[in-house]
Amino acid sequence: MTWKQVFTSSVGKKLVMGLTGISLVLFLVVHASINATVFADLFNSEENGEMFNKAAHFMGSTVLIRIMEIGLFGGIILHIAQGYLLSLENQQKRSVGYAVAYKDGSKWYSRSMGLLGTIILLFLVLHLYHFWVSARFTNKGLEESVSYNGVEMHNMFGLMKATFSEWWIFLVYSLGCISLGYHLAHGFQSAFRTLGVHNKRYTTMLISIGYGFSVFITLVFILMPLSFLLGWIG
Amino acid sequence: MLDAKIPSGSLEDKWVDYKGHCKLVNPANKRKLEVIVVGTGLAGASAAASLGELGYKVKAFCFQDSPRRAHSIAAQGGINAAKNYQNDGDSVFRLFYDTVKGGDYRAREANVHRLAEVSTSIIDQCVAQGVPFAREYGGLLSNRSFGGTQVQRTFYAAGQTGQQLLIGAYQALERQIALGNVTMYSRHEMLEIVKVEGKARGIIARNLISGELERHFGHAVLLCTGGYGNVFYLSTNAMGSNVTAAWKAHRQGAAFANPCFTQIHPTCIPVSGDHQSKLTLMSESLRNDGRIWVPKKQNDTRKAIDIPEDERDYYLERRYPAFGNLVPRDVASRAAKERCDAGYGVGTSKQAVYLDYADAIIRYGKIEAGKEGRNDVPAAEVIAMGKQVVKEKYGNLFDMYEKITGENPYEFPMRIYPAVHYTMGGLWVDYELQTTVPGLYALGEANFSDHGANRLGASALMQGLADGYFVIPYTVGNYLAEEIYSKAIETTHPAFEEAEKSVSDRIYTLMNIKGKQSVESFHKRLGKIIWNKCGMARSKDGLEEAIRDVQALKREFWSDVRIPGEINEMNPELDKANRVADFIELGELMCVDALNRNESCGGHFREEYQTPEGEALRDDENYMYVAAWEFKGEHQWELHKEALNYEVIKPSQRNYK
Amino acid sequence: MEHNTMNLNLKVWRQKNNNTKGEFKLYRVENISAEMSFLEMFDVLNEQLVVTGEEPVAFDHDCREGICGMCSMYINGKPHGPWQANTTCQLHMRAFKDGDTIVVEPWRANAFPVVKDLMVDRSAFDRIIQAGGYISVNTGNAVDGNALPINKKDADDSFAAAMCIGCGACVAACKNSSAMLFMSAKVSHLALLPQGDPERNSRVLNMVAQMDKEGFGACTNTGACEATCPKEISLSNIARLNQEYLSASLVADK
Repeated sequence: MTWKQVFTSSVGKKLVMGLTGISLVLFLVVHASINATVFADLFNSEENGEMFNKAAHFMGSTVLIRIMEIGLFGGIILHIAQGYLLSLENQQKRSVGYAVAYKDGSKWYSRSMGLLGTIILLFLVLHLYHFWVSARFTNKGLEESVSYNGVEMHNMFGLMKATFSEWWIFLVYSLGCISLGYHLAHGFQSAFRTLGVHNKRYTTMLISIGYGFSVFITLVFILMPLSFLLGWIG
Repeated sequence: MLDAKIPSGSLEDKWVDYKGHCKLVNPANKRKLEVIVVGTGLAGASAAASLGELGYKVKAFCFQDSPRRAHSIAAQGGINAAKNYQNDGDSVFRLFYDTVKGGDYRAREANVHRLAEVSTSIIDQCVAQGVPFAREYGGLLSNRSFGGTQVQRTFYAAGQTGQQLLIGAYQALERQIALGNVTMYSRHEMLEIVKVEGKARGIIARNLISGELERHFGHAVLLCTGGYGNVFYLSTNAMGSNVTAAWKAHRQGAAFANPCFTQIHPTCIPVSGDHQSKLTLMSESLRNDGRIWVPKKQNDTRKAIDIPEDERDYYLERRYPAFGNLVPRDVASRAAKERCDAGYGVGTSKQAVYLDYADAIIRYGKIEAGKEGRNDVPAAEVIAMGKQVVKEKYGNLFDMYEKITGENPYEFPMRIYPAVHYTMGGLWVDYELQTTVPGLYALGEANFSDHGANRLGASALMQGLADGYFVIPYTVGNYLAEEIYSKAIETTHPAFEEAEKSVSDRIYTLMNIKGKQSVESFHKRLGKIIWNKCGMARSKDGLEEAIRDVQALKREFWSDVRIPGEINEMNPELDKANRVADFIELGELMCVDALNRNESCGGHFREEYQTPEGEALRDDENYMYVAAWEFKGEHQWELHKEALNYEVIKPSQRNYK
Repeated sequence: MEHNTMNLNLKVWRQKNNNTKGEFKLYRVENISAEMSFLEMFDVLNEQLVVTGEEPVAFDHDCREGICGMCSMYINGKPHGPWQANTTCQLHMRAFKDGDTIVVEPWRANAFPVVKDLMVDRSAFDRIIQAGGYISVNTGNAVDGNALPINKKDADDSFAAAMCIGCGACVAACKNSSAMLFMSAKVSHLALLPQGDPERNSRVLNMVAQMDKEGFGACTNTGACEATCPKEISLSNIARLNQEYLSASLVADK
C-alpha cells in the first residue's frame, strides 16, 4: 500500500478532508482569539483598537507566522479542491436517483456540506478582499496608519469599523458565519470520526464539543461586525 | 439395495477407524477432481469451503443472490456440542444418547455417535473463524439448556446463532472463492442430475437471471439443499426453500427415506389470516424461562391477565413434571394441539396457547434486586428490572413478536402455536453420506440420517456443520480416490444433452399450459391437504384421502396452471412452478410413507396408535427400520427397509415425566 | 384484535432488465388486512397481476423473518420502509392507512445494478468479503474453543457488528452510495476478536480497495446508514474502520 494508494482511496480522501478540516478549526481558534481583542474597547474607552492593532501587526510581521500562513492557504485549497472532487465523485455513484428522497436519517447540514462550503468560499473571497488584500497589497482603507510606542502599523481596527458600517456587509458576513457554524456542526465531529475516534466516551465528548464550538465560533464572529455596526465598539 | 456401510468395531471406534483406513487422494490429483456442491447453507458452505481448502476444484450453487442468504441463517437458538464446559455431566455418549432417544429410536446409532464425536470440533472451528458466541464475564463460552436434555450444552449467539455460524462458513467459502478454489454460481437453481454409467457426473442448472440452462460436470455431486417443509405451504422455512434438487435426485434413483418424519415446532407465532405466506418461529430457548398455559375453562374469552393463577392450566408442567416446559418438540407440539382441539385454545382463532414471561420477569427482577442487596424493592421496580434482564436475553425475539402481532410481549403473554419447521426425512444416505446413486451425496437437512423421527433443538446446526466440515472431506475422498483415472467428461456428452432436454421440455410444457390458476394457489391447496391429513396427527383414512387429493391436484396443476412471462428471462413464477410441481409429487410420497408406518413415533403421530394417556405408541417389532422409497414411475414407489440395529442403546418408551 | 382493511395505491418501479429503461407503474390493491406483512401485500398484488395476465413484480425475498437480508425495496423514501430497525419483510401494513399511496423503488446505486423491477445485484458485497472479510483458518486447524478467553465486552461488540445481514440498505440510504457501514461492520466484527488480529492490516486495506473498485462512494458520516439499518449497526464501526485503516497504512511496507 503506497502513500499514493492510501490517499487516493475513499478513506484516504476523507482523511485529507478531516486533517485539513481540523487544522482549519485550529486556525479559527487563533483567528477568533485575536479578533476578540477588539472587545477590549468595551472595557477601556481609551483603547481605540490598540490591542487589536498590535496583535494584527504581530501576526503580519512575524516570519514564522507568515510561513504558517502559506501552510494555511495550502490547507484551505486542499480542503476545497478535495471537497469538490469528493462531492462530484460521490454524486456520480448513483446515476438514477430516487423519486422520493431519504431525509429523515440525517441532518440537512450533514447532507449539504458542499453547499455550505461553497457559501463559505464565496464569503471567504469577500472577506479576504476586505482585509487580507488591503493589508498585504493594496492598502485600501489603510491609508492612515497608527503608531504605538514608536512602532508604526496598519489601523486594522479602523478598517473593520469602516467596513462594518454597512448593513449589507453585516448580513453577508452573518450568512457566511452561520454557514460556517453549520459546516462545523457536522465537520467537527465527522473529522474526528474519520481519524478513527470510535470509543463512545470520546465520540460523545467530541460531538458536544463540536456543537458547542460551532455555536460559539459563529456567535463570536457575528458579534464583531454587529458590535461595530451598532456602535458598541469603535 | 441398501448398504449402510457402517464400519465394524465398537461404536466409539467406528469413526476413528474409518478415518484411519479410508482412501486418500494426493494433492496433485485433487486439483484434477471436480466437485459440485448444490446449496450454500451450513452444510453446503462448510463442505464447499473445506473441499476447496483440500484442493479440489469446487463449483457451488445457490438460488439466492448470495450464499450468505441460505436459510440456515434463520436458526435462532443454538448449536449443541458435548464440551461439558459446564461440568454438569455431559459427554459424547450423553449427547449421542439424548439424540437417539429424542429421535424416538429411529436414527442410525453409528451416524449419531459420529455426530456427537465431531460436535466438539465444530465449536472449536467456529470460534477460530471468529463466530462471536455468547461469553461469560471470565471470557469463556456460555451455554444454555434446550429441550429434551438435562445438561447445558447449547452454544449460542443471542437469538442469531444460525446467522453467525452461516456467516462463519460463508466467509470461509468466500475466502476459497477469492483463492480460486471454488467457483460460485449464485441465482442458479439445479434442475437435474446428470448420470453417466450409473454415477452422478454433473447437473443441469438454470441461470435464474437469464433463464438459460447450463451444464456442469463434477466427479461427485453434493446436495446440501435443506429440507422440504414448504410442502406444507405454511412453514418456518424461507420462501425459496424447496425439495427440487433432492426430488430430481430421487427421480434419478436416489432413495428417499422417512419422508413422513416432519417436525412441528411448538413455539411459533400463530396464523393470523388467509393471506399468510409463512410462519415465524420463536426460539425454543424461550421455553427455558417462559411458562406455557391455557385457561382451565373451555372457550374462556377473558384477557390473559384477567385469568387468575388457579384458573390456568400449565399443562406441560402438569403432564411432564420432570422436563416441564422443556419436553422435546414433538411432545410439546402435540400437547398444544390436544389442548386447542379440546376447546381450550386462546386468541381469536382459538388455535394458540400462551407463553408467559410474567413469572420469569419477577424471578429475574428479584435476582437483580438481590444483587444490589435490597430486600424492600417495590413490585413495580422488580418488574422493571426483570424486564431488562429478559430484554437482554431475548430482546430480538420479543421485538420480532411485537412487529408481527402488534402486541407487547413484555406486558401480555405471547400467543404461540406449533408450525412446520424441519424435516427429519430426506435422501437416504449411507455412513459416508452417499445416496443410492454412486457419486451423489446428501448433507445436512437434505439427508435423513441423524435425527430419527424427531430432532432435538440445536441439533440441526450441529449436523449441517458436522457433515460439511468434518465428515464429507473424508468420505468423498474415499470415493474420489477411485476416480483419479476418470477424466472430466465434456458437457457435450449425450447424457448432458438428454438431461438438458428433459429439463427444457418440462419448462416448455409448464409455460404452455396457459391455464387459469396461479402457482401460488396450487401451493396453498397442497399445503392445506398435507397439513390437515399428514400434519401433527395422521390417520389411515385421512392419508388415503390425502393421496387421492394430491393426485387430483397434480392433474389439475398440469392442466390449469398459469405462468406469465418468458422462459429466457428472469421469471420467479416459473421458478416457483418448477418447485411446486416437485412438492406435489413429494406430498404424495409423504402420505404413502405415513400410511405405511403403522405406529406413532416422534413427529409421526398416527391417531390409531397411542397410549391411553395420548403418548406416541411405537411398534419396534415391526417398524424399527428406515423406510427408503425407490421411485418407480408416476405414483409408484418401492419400499426398501434398512433395519435399525441398536447395539448400545436399549430402546424404551420415551419418558419425559 | 382489530381486523381493519385498507385500499392502497402503489407506485412501483418496473424494469424488465438491466439493459432497458424502467418506469413507475400505478397499481391498486384492495382489502389489504392490517395484519399482513408488506411482502404479503405484494403477494396479493402479484396474484392480481398473474390473473390479469400481466407479469408479476419481481422482488427479492426469502426468509421473511428479517434475518437473511434478501429483501430490499425503498419504500416512501426510506430503505425497508417507515419502521425503525426493520426489514421490508417484517414491515406490516399497520404502518399504513386506507387510501395511502406508497412509492416503491429498488435500491439505487451504480454498484447495485437493477436485475429486474425491484431486484438489484448485490454481488459487490460478496466480493468485498472475498477481499478479506474472513479469518484464514482451514478446517481442522482450531484449538479448543475455551483456549482463548475473550473479554465479554469485546465479544458483545463484535457480535453487535456481526449482526449485519448484508441487505444493502446502508448503501441505498447513503447519499454517496457508500458501503462503509457494511464493510466496517465486518472489519469491526473481526478486528475486535483476537482471532482476527493476524490479518487485521491486510484485511482493512484490501477491503477498502475492493469497495472503491466496486464503485461505492466515500463516507461523509451523515448517519443515514445507521438510521436505516435494520440491525442498528452503529456508525462507530465506521470510525473503527478508519482507525484500522490509518494504522494499517502507517505500518504498510511500501
